[in-house]
Amino acid sequence: MILTLTILLAVIIAIAWAAFNAAYLVLAERRGAGVIQRRPGPNINGPFGLLQPPLDGIKLMAKQLIIPAGADRFMYISAPVLVMCPAIMSFVALPYSDWLQAQNIDVGLLMVFAFASMGTMGTIFAGWSSHNKYSLMAAMRSVSQAVAYEIPMILTALTITLMAGTTNLNAIVAQQSENFFHWNIFPLFGETHNILMPFSFLIFFICSMAETNRAPFDLGEAEGELVAGFHIEYGSMGFGLFFMGEYANIVIGATLATIFFLGGWSCPFGLFPGVWWFLIKLYAIIFTIIWIRWTFPRTTIYGLLNLSWKILIPASLVNLLLTAGLMKVF
Amino acid sequence: MNQPVELQPDETFVLNVGPQHPATHGVLRVKMEMNGEYIVHAETVVGYIHRMHEKMGEVKPYPQFLMNLSRLDYLGAMGYSHCHALCVEKAAGIEVPKRAEYIRVLMVELNRVSSHLVWLGAFIMDLGGFTPLLYTFQAREHILDMMERITGARLTYCYIRFGGVSRDIDDQFIQSARDFMPYMRKELIKYHKLITGNIIFKKRMVGMGHISPEMCRKYGASSGVARGAGINFDVRRNEPYSVYPELEFEVPVYDGCDNMSRYMVRMEEIEQSLRIVEHALDQLPDGPVMPKKAPKIIKPPAGDYYQATETARGTFGVRLVSDGSQTPYRMKLRSPTYSNMHLFDEACRGLMIMDAMAMMGTLDLVIPEIDR
Amino acid sequence: MIREKLKQALEHLFPAGEAVPPAIVAEGEEPAEKTPREAVIETDYATCGYHLDIKTPPEQLIEVVSLIDQNDFFIESITGVDWIEEGEIEVVYDFSRYDFDLCRVVVRTRTDRDNAALPTITGVYAGANWHERETAEFFGINFIGHPHLVNLLLPEDSDIHPLRKDFKP
Repeated sequence: MILTLTILLAVIIAIAWAAFNAAYLVLAERRGAGVIQRRPGPNINGPFGLLQPPLDGIKLMAKQLIIPAGADRFMYISAPVLVMCPAIMSFVALPYSDWLQAQNIDVGLLMVFAFASMGTMGTIFAGWSSHNKYSLMAAMRSVSQAVAYEIPMILTALTITLMAGTTNLNAIVAQQSENFFHWNIFPLFGETHNILMPFSFLIFFICSMAETNRAPFDLGEAEGELVAGFHIEYGSMGFGLFFMGEYANIVIGATLATIFFLGGWSCPFGLFPGVWWFLIKLYAIIFTIIWIRWTFPRTTIYGLLNLSWKILIPASLVNLLLTAGLMKVF
Repeated sequence: MNQPVELQPDETFVLNVGPQHPATHGVLRVKMEMNGEYIVHAETVVGYIHRMHEKMGEVKPYPQFLMNLSRLDYLGAMGYSHCHALCVEKAAGIEVPKRAEYIRVLMVELNRVSSHLVWLGAFIMDLGGFTPLLYTFQAREHILDMMERITGARLTYCYIRFGGVSRDIDDQFIQSARDFMPYMRKELIKYHKLITGNIIFKKRMVGMGHISPEMCRKYGASSGVARGAGINFDVRRNEPYSVYPELEFEVPVYDGCDNMSRYMVRMEEIEQSLRIVEHALDQLPDGPVMPKKAPKIIKPPAGDYYQATETARGTFGVRLVSDGSQTPYRMKLRSPTYSNMHLFDEACRGLMIMDAMAMMGTLDLVIPEIDR
Repeated sequence: MIREKLKQALEHLFPAGEAVPPAIVAEGEEPAEKTPREAVIETDYATCGYHLDIKTPPEQLIEVVSLIDQNDFFIESITGVDWIEEGEIEVVYDFSRYDFDLCRVVVRTRTDRDNAALPTITGVYAGANWHERETAEFFGINFIGHPHLVNLLLPEDSDIHPLRKDFKP
């Protein structure tokens, strides 16, 4: 009984953490954009604008949910849920330190990827059910994008699994925790001696940006041509859920990158507990993603697909093969 | 570039881009027949903010029509007033003092810089880069502040009058204009670092959105569209007017016929305009800004007069048919974007919607100026 | 000189030897009446802003415009002028050049006010399309053979011709 309650509590905390992150990353993004664009950003509500996300939430919830004529009601309503829920579910398996984790799942890596790929379904549902040509085009783009980038992303995750010999996220970090140079991203010092690791990190980073529909790969919501993409017909909290889902996905992508390549909560020179190191690494990656968004223009859809099918997929395949070969040799 | 596949008539759908759409910068509508992401056929629908300026020109006496000109193109309004004033002065035989003409050129060129800055920011925004807009608007703000002090308006000026300008410039203006030059040049280097070298930007620009010189000729394109297609055409040089023959500048010409060429032409035009401003400030003569006997009532002799100038958006022309009375018999305004936009229908065929929108951005559209 | 070249090319369309009065007349004189309906007039650029003024009957219009096209002119604009007292509408075509051999050409042709119709030049200059649509809606001229002669700037369903001098809103 107590065990069940603890698990339940842990899951609730994980979900709250996901929702908190999703809400406050919006603020972080807007403030970050403000810094990059030499303007203040939202700074009125509360100190440093800290009350902005809850107020935004209240505003969105107070709005009427309009379902466009000709829309498929069931799909239209379920789409935002399908984007937000899997993203939150993934958080259950993500470890933040050796003890701070909702559930230590042996197939954690698989579970995160399984849930992450469900988010695409939400995008298709939204685009298709909205009865709008723009959103339909955006949905088609999102699908081709998701299909294209899931492959190199999972191939790269496979190299990690190959080296770690486990899909338990906790165990993957534990293997890198000896010291600074045992992080997977440093090629020569760790136990694995895999010189291809920085390269894998790059592929993984690009893929996670494309997977989360972030600029410069935000083809699914390219407002220059498709106005707002797949969520063009959504208002109210439906739109809010899409937004939060996007940011939750960013956190997942950045968390995975931290776990796979940056040694998770292992600290360079143990000043404070590992979980803080984890957060520092996590938000450094997230800041980089925000930074890229506000600096780069958008790619084209064929440029995006060419990058995946012609460069990233062959590269990650070769990467996987070479990693396997290196494992055999050393 | 990928080629669209052959398609059956029932495999296309019609996409209504506009009248409200983020990429059209105003109320412009393009009916696109699409094959997936490819445009099969496009029809531009304009006229949503048509105000019939030409009829107003026919019913108002000459001086009352002055302020209408700056309502055509709200970004580079000064150039349009200039053209109108030149045409009426030519018809009525009004002499303009040298100093007034220099001040006009100064203002027109400053206005051109500010207009190009808006174009730059908005264009990069079409491509999905948000940040340059804020940067260019910051620089533009300096110009608007400067011009507001003298002209009394930020966008819709009524500064250029028949015979001269309404107010002389002062030392503070000259000083701030001189201070602006090194600032703007530094900003330009920043823009080039931020935008021009970007790999994604280059991929979307180089070789994309082909507009051939022949197409320019058939449609009467001007400004960056023609000069980006290797046509060395700038009314300031080809058909000198005002004091431009006395000023040093070059006409940037690129022959890539693609988005990149049109972009580079406009970026260099900013530099050249700065050069003109600097040179005009150096050469600024003393004297009055209005002739002593500026006519109160303007009655050009009967006839048909034409005047073209190079505005920020291209060749603007005023045709004035006078019957010798106080109001024009006919006032035709030939707007540059009208011709440039017309070309879009043909040029975007077979492009993907993303590239078509990027190309539309390079045309430098201001919709009120098309609709008049 | 492109001006001479164009004039020579146009010679066979306009029989030579006609008296050519100036296009701009001084104040007080009777304008327009004396100008012939067919002529190639060299005008004073400094006073009126163009070099060649070609007055052509509608039947010759396409031929004249084709000749202009062959000499690498670009189309600048098309517009109309409603000469209500003469019961005619004049349609004015402006052409200019991209190179430094400056030559502005104005082609004028007149059509009856009550039954205004002119041949289209969209076959020669594709860019004439919008200009002709605009002129058609403002003056009520039927451009015969135009591929898509619907209102451009005015509302789609309106049939007013606001630039006619007898237009009452």
